[in-house]
Amino acid sequence: MALVDREPSRYLPDYDVQAPKQLHFSPYADNGGSVVAIAGDDFSIIAADTRLSAGFSIYTRKQEKLFTLSSNTVLGCSGCWCDTLTLTRVMAARMQMYEHEHHKTMATPAAAQMLSTMLYYKRFFPYYVSNILAGLDSEGKGVIYRYDPVGHCEKNYYVAGGSSGALLQPLLDNQVGYLNQENVEKVPITKEKALAIIKDVFTSAAERDIYTGDGIFIKIITKDGIATDFFELRRD
Amino acid sequence: MQFRNQYDSDVTVWSPQGRLHQVEYAMEAVKLGSATVGLKNKTHAVIVALKRATSELSSHQKKIFPIDKHIGIAMSGLTADARMLSRYMRTECLNYKYSHDNTLPVSRLITNLGNKMQTCTQRYDRRPYGVGLLVAGYDDQGPHIYQTCPSANYFDCKAMAIGARSQSARTYLEKHLNEFMSCEVEDLIKHGLRSLRDTLPNEADLSTKNVSIGVVGKGTDFKILDEAETQRYLSEIEGDDKRTRPSDGDAPSDDRPPQDPPADPLAQDPQVAVATEERSAAMDTE
Amino acid sequence: MSMPNKADCFSSLPFWQNGPAPGAFYNFPGTAASSSNYNDCGIQRTQTPMVTGSSVIGIQYKDGIIIAADVLASYGSLARFRNCERVMKVNDNIILGAGGDYADYQYLRSLIEQKIIDEKCLDDGFTLKPKSLHCWLTRVMYNKRSNFNPLWNNFIIGGIEDGKPFLGTVDKLGTAFSDPVIATGYGAYLATPILTKAYDANSQMTEEEATNLIYKVMQVLFYRDARSFPKYHLGVISKEKGVEIRGPIEIEHNWEVSTMGRNQLR
Repeated sequence: MALVDREPSRYLPDYDVQAPKQLHFSPYADNGGSVVAIAGDDFSIIAADTRLSAGFSIYTRKQEKLFTLSSNTVLGCSGCWCDTLTLTRVMAARMQMYEHEHHKTMATPAAAQMLSTMLYYKRFFPYYVSNILAGLDSEGKGVIYRYDPVGHCEKNYYVAGGSSGALLQPLLDNQVGYLNQENVEKVPITKEKALAIIKDVFTSAAERDIYTGDGIFIKIITKDGIATDFFELRRD
Repeated sequence: MQFRNQYDSDVTVWSPQGRLHQVEYAMEAVKLGSATVGLKNKTHAVIVALKRATSELSSHQKKIFPIDKHIGIAMSGLTADARMLSRYMRTECLNYKYSHDNTLPVSRLITNLGNKMQTCTQRYDRRPYGVGLLVAGYDDQGPHIYQTCPSANYFDCKAMAIGARSQSARTYLEKHLNEFMSCEVEDLIKHGLRSLRDTLPNEADLSTKNVSIGVVGKGTDFKILDEAETQRYLSEIEGDDKRTRPSDGDAPSDDRPPQDPPADPLAQDPQVAVATEERSAAMDTE
Repeated sequence: MSMPNKADCFSSLPFWQNGPAPGAFYNFPGTAASSSNYNDCGIQRTQTPMVTGSSVIGIQYKDGIIIAADVLASYGSLARFRNCERVMKVNDNIILGAGGDYADYQYLRSLIEQKIIDEKCLDDGFTLKPKSLHCWLTRVMYNKRSNFNPLWNNFIIGGIEDGKPFLGTVDKLGTAFSDPVIATGYGAYLATPILTKAYDANSQMTEEEATNLIYKVMQVLFYRDARSFPKYHLGVISKEKGVEIRGPIEIEHNWEVSTMGRNQLR
């Protein structure tokens, strides 16, 4: 397709023609996907859509993007899928190494710190992944950590990331964080309400974002373990 | 000081009888460690180990190490060497899982481990690993018990016991070998404990402190049983008739270093006239 | 970047490591002259594919997987090599189809074949499984892309694992996923809709239904993809019958409609 390398035009007029262009290799791809997580007093919920796409084609409609790292930690990834695959693979290996060395499972805050370190280690050739880590802290309270691709880490209790991140974060600010609302009682969010909000925001995202859709996998983390749920989204 | 013989100064030195004495001495290190037993049925593999505390002040030394979700090992001999080997095995399993998204077949791990251990027996600047392992694993070909030696030999076993006074345990295992394949996991663990009990001196007994049990099998990731479960099994074998344990004099004892070869002049290493004269003279003076 | 004093492809090897080469001036190490590579060709990397294969398609049927790819390897727009097999048997439970640079595929094929031979030599009763190969291939592709030296391919892996069909794909970046319907290249646009529709209507196709479907899809691809060819190979794998590579299968084609336009021009 791209074998014809354009000769530098010497004394000829420089007409730009529609000709095959040299393909240039880019190590990154944007495979889309959104992740939303909400934490409460004794739970945290993380959800990711199941569409894997590139440009205008959908690769698959049932790609799980949530990675269970331990019995109370789940990582949600979106962005460059090949980086996600590698990052989560290394992460899983590191979790197992920790378990062997310390004879206990890595706690969520420790996993959060390790992820940050692992991302920053690749500062100059980053994993192009937007990560959201959900779990329970040492007191059993829900915690969410969000990251940028080079390892900045921030603790939160409601986060939207990925292709619809910018679309959904203000919505969560309003609905979960009670921002820009007057005369409301700021009650801590319940598991049921969080679950309902997550389903609603994903439905909205699927309306506007072509990289989000098909369905969502939901993981509900409590002290009793991780429960899984699935919710259909529009598939166009 | 008494030299045992003149061909043991280095691992790489052959005796004229075709023996590598340093390697054989390393084999003796296994017998210094406390006993451990491994056995399997159709679906599961079990390892049982007797833990020792070096003194009243110290805790019991760990004897069973998890390697991956499908493999665990019990060691006898130098704990530090076992740690090196377990680290190697863990890394091998992790690497395989990283690149193939699957658990490493037990036989392949053991082959690699055997190759690694062998290099130490063929270089003058190395020493053999002074540890014997019983590897319990489960893969597509079912449960496995492997025994490895400092000589870098390894054996695929139906049941095996290594370590101090393990001959008594092997006697038990041989006697009940036909029952293992068809019995349940619970019974397998109990068989393991009974055989381990046979290695104890008369005044000692098994307790949750000095016993650890590792199980792996179909649908069960490798796990070391906790104190409560261990206690349950221990109390279940409590009532059984106390051992077929022979009095100490009866069984061939294997917890002592190898004895000098019998004084049969034909069996001794041939003496090289020139080379030995000085040395034997030196030996006499020490 | 390359090692100082490293012999390039035109000069002979040095007499000893880091030493002078026949016909070359000796550079003392550590000096500016020795570290400048005045005659170094550098390392060549694939920045663009040369001889390429077009789409590969794969679908899961009732008791197995079918993968198809035509036999053309194009040099740009030139239909350069017209008898290149792009579907291979890996072992008794894996088949693989490749699109993209044909040389890169041949290189990778030799790696895989060696891997299978190594495994046979172990003779321990274990054979590579499709998911393992899929993962391994993902690692290979990702590592190559991370060194900016990609294998310019799309691979489709089909196989049987634990009695169930498996169909997965890897691209030049190491992007990997599995799905009952996969098509690469122009097939992603032209074949996927047809295959998905057929699969959604009947996910328990027989082998005959599936091969007929593939024939139809390959025909569509031949009509619309300018870099395709009316001959293709099929890789079929099922639990009962094992692996079979069939072909080349000819596609019937009919360009009579085009004569209408041509007559008008004359």
